[in-house]
Amino acid sequence: MDIRTTGGPATAEEVAAVDGLLGPPEAVHHHLAYGGRMLRTRRHLLLPVLHAIQDRAGWVSRGALEYACRRLSIPPAEAYGVVSFYARFALEPRGDVALHVCDDIVCSLAGVEKPEGARLAPCLGLCDRAPATLTERFGAVYEAVQTPSSQPSGYPGARLLRRIGVVDPDSIDSYLQHGGFSALKRAREMGPAAIIDAVTRAKLLGRGGAAFPTGRKWQSVADAPVRPHYLVCNADESEPGTFKDRVLMEGDPFALVEGMAIAAFATGCEKGYVYVRAEYPLARRRVENAIALARERGYLDFEIEVRRGAGAYICGEETALFNSIEGKRGEPRNKPPFPVEVGLFGKPTLPNNVETLVNVLEIVGGEFADTRLFCVSGHVLRPGVYEVPMGTPLRGLIEMAGGLAPGRTMQAVLLGGAAGSFLTPEQIDVPLSFEGVRGIGATLGSGAVMLFDDTADMRQVLLRIARFFRDESCGQCVPCRVGTKRQEEILERMFERRDGDSRADVMLLSDIAQAMRDASICGLGQTAANAIASGLTQLKVLDA
Amino acid sequence: MPDVLVTIDGRQVEARAGTTILDACRRLAIDTPTLCQLDNLTPVNVCRVCVVELDGSRVLVPACSRKVEEGMKIHTDSARVRHSRRLVLELLASSVDMSLCSAQVQGWMARYEAVPSRFGAEAATVAQPVKVDNDLYVRDYSRCILCYKCVEACGVDAQNTFAIGVAGRGFDAHISTEFDVGLPDSACVYCGNCIGVCPTGALMFKSEHDMRAAGTWDESRQTVTETVCPYCGVGCMLELRVQDNSIVKVTSPLDNTVTSGHLCVKGRFGFQFVQRREPKATT
Repeated sequence: MDIRTTGGPATAEEVAAVDGLLGPPEAVHHHLAYGGRMLRTRRHLLLPVLHAIQDRAGWVSRGALEYACRRLSIPPAEAYGVVSFYARFALEPRGDVALHVCDDIVCSLAGVEKPEGARLAPCLGLCDRAPATLTERFGAVYEAVQTPSSQPSGYPGARLLRRIGVVDPDSIDSYLQHGGFSALKRAREMGPAAIIDAVTRAKLLGRGGAAFPTGRKWQSVADAPVRPHYLVCNADESEPGTFKDRVLMEGDPFALVEGMAIAAFATGCEKGYVYVRAEYPLARRRVENAIALARERGYLDFEIEVRRGAGAYICGEETALFNSIEGKRGEPRNKPPFPVEVGLFGKPTLPNNVETLVNVLEIVGGEFADTRLFCVSGHVLRPGVYEVPMGTPLRGLIEMAGGLAPGRTMQAVLLGGAAGSFLTPEQIDVPLSFEGVRGIGATLGSGAVMLFDDTADMRQVLLRIARFFRDESCGQCVPCRVGTKRQEEILERMFERRDGDSRADVMLLSDIAQAMRDASICGLGQTAANAIASGLTQLKVLDA
Repeated sequence: MPDVLVTIDGRQVEARAGTTILDACRRLAIDTPTLCQLDNLTPVNVCRVCVVELDGSRVLVPACSRKVEEGMKIHTDSARVRHSRRLVLELLASSVDMSLCSAQVQGWMARYEAVPSRFGAEAATVAQPVKVDNDLYVRDYSRCILCYKCVEACGVDAQNTFAIGVAGRGFDAHISTEFDVGLPDSACVYCGNCIGVCPTGALMFKSEHDMRAAGTWDESRQTVTETVCPYCGVGCMLELRVQDNSIVKVTSPLDNTVTSGHLCVKGRFGFQFVQRREPKATT
């Protein structure tokens, strides 16, 4: 394959950024002797290279992209397809600073102020600090700053959160003083089969949103004959209203590393990845630091690499995430085959959410209590992450978070994020367990709980959700690509222009919803109509 | 490979393991709509018009790529299947100009009672000007249903040139060269294999495009002459489409063992010497 590049040279700065990651270019005779074959084995480095370019220059120019293509032997058209897929890569020059202002559901409630030149962004995972922003400074030293947190407080009585606000997240000694790596030691004494058995008996369900039995997944990977096995920690927490994995990674990063070490030991994974969304710079830095320190002290006997997302909700879908790590567009794959057989790089892969992996420490330590993290945000006095036993009534969780502001009444609760569903005030006694919420046709999803009091304009909330899915659809399959667009158009017609036949439009939305649910490739399309459908039936948003 | 037994619409059929539900449907002569599927390309299962209902599966499954498994019970004409097929056709036809699709596609629109206009007159489309940047073929992306076939044919499924890819995302996803440069600046080698696989007329010989614009394109007056490409020793089979004693388009049959439907720039476009009528300039 000839790499044809006609865009002119990269600047010295861009070349330095790429070479800084890939090393100096191979000599010409190297390329002639080996063809592009050796270079193409590094295809998976495309996203890290694009980040290196943008961190340095603030954007990805054609010259820089084509230089990266020559270094990695990637056709420019394909690389352009990748760079244009991810919202965080800029293809036009901009200044040294980029300000991202969240205008998603919760931050909109808090009031969005967009300064000149800022970009609006989908949920930044800082709903407990709404309205949230993320500032990037490009140059020789890249820096990203999130809206600061109020003073981190401890979580008395918590299990998964017990070290947060207590340990120093940058210090392995502090972690060790609080019982760190004792679960890994115990796991090594138990052996792989006993660990998987314990996870299975604990009936741990995945905390990423799909609630798949973790033990069964681990067993499948452990049994897979093909090698190597990969462990992928899904830290691409992008569901609007969800920030629990960020809190875990920022406050207790060593626990994630320890959980990964146990998972890899139990399932025979030779290599691990942590895919952290681009919007979590602090979490990424702390996890990277924790991995380095754990390796230095001999707690890690396998390699873990941290990868940075680039602004794509869809990459939280496991197979899209694999494609993203492989340096491709984050388009989901059709299943079957399932990741446990054919996953990352086509090999058996164990994809687990951050909270799921942290739960494993409790299970191996023999102290598992099946608690669940919920992210409470919106119109509530003390937004934040709360850990409650499975089955706690939603009302109790809301009370823990301080309830509504005085004098306000509740209008609705959105459970499970944009892919979840709306509950009415009459439904808030529902027990927060997988079966409990299923009884009222809802899901716990990623654990997002967003509250709306009587001041919220629910039509705007529904429109924002529709816009979110239209923005975040990968565009691969027709039901989702066009369906999310039509869904947004119809809601605009119903709520903003009010010039259609709203009863016919509700029918039309329901037709689109069914096709998206039935025929989309992945969970994004299959759930993209859920919240809107439940909003239209549960909330008083339609004209009488 | 051993055979497996599957049930489709209540009829049992033996299918070879490793083949797809679509293959099994074809054995039973069940007409299954497909847009992104082509026998000489790897299935990408993106259009979702071939979905069928599979007992035990929460969602519908794409017939074109789902492999048969022993005991599968499949329904190809249930209410859910008909609904999704109808919606896929409506969503596509409401956003893309599908007027040049085959009669077969128009037949599916009728069978599933697709009414693309029901999303309203202001429904967004992908309408845009035709890209004419070379003498051989044009790209009219207002007709593009994003079936990925051209990308596959340009890539590992045929040509290995990788001049085009899918760029952008969501409703704005589109087929593009790098930074949307014109084909002469891209890696394109003008094999025209993308035209050969395009199901909607988005990719078209410039000769056909110009004749359509002039109102002279008339397939009823065209004949097809089969021959073997005269350029090299491979022996690619050509179908010369001739109108008014002029070659207007060249194709190759998909089931041809030499070409699998794919040609190179010479076989596809190098036909002018046959019909050059002006006397050769003498020096």
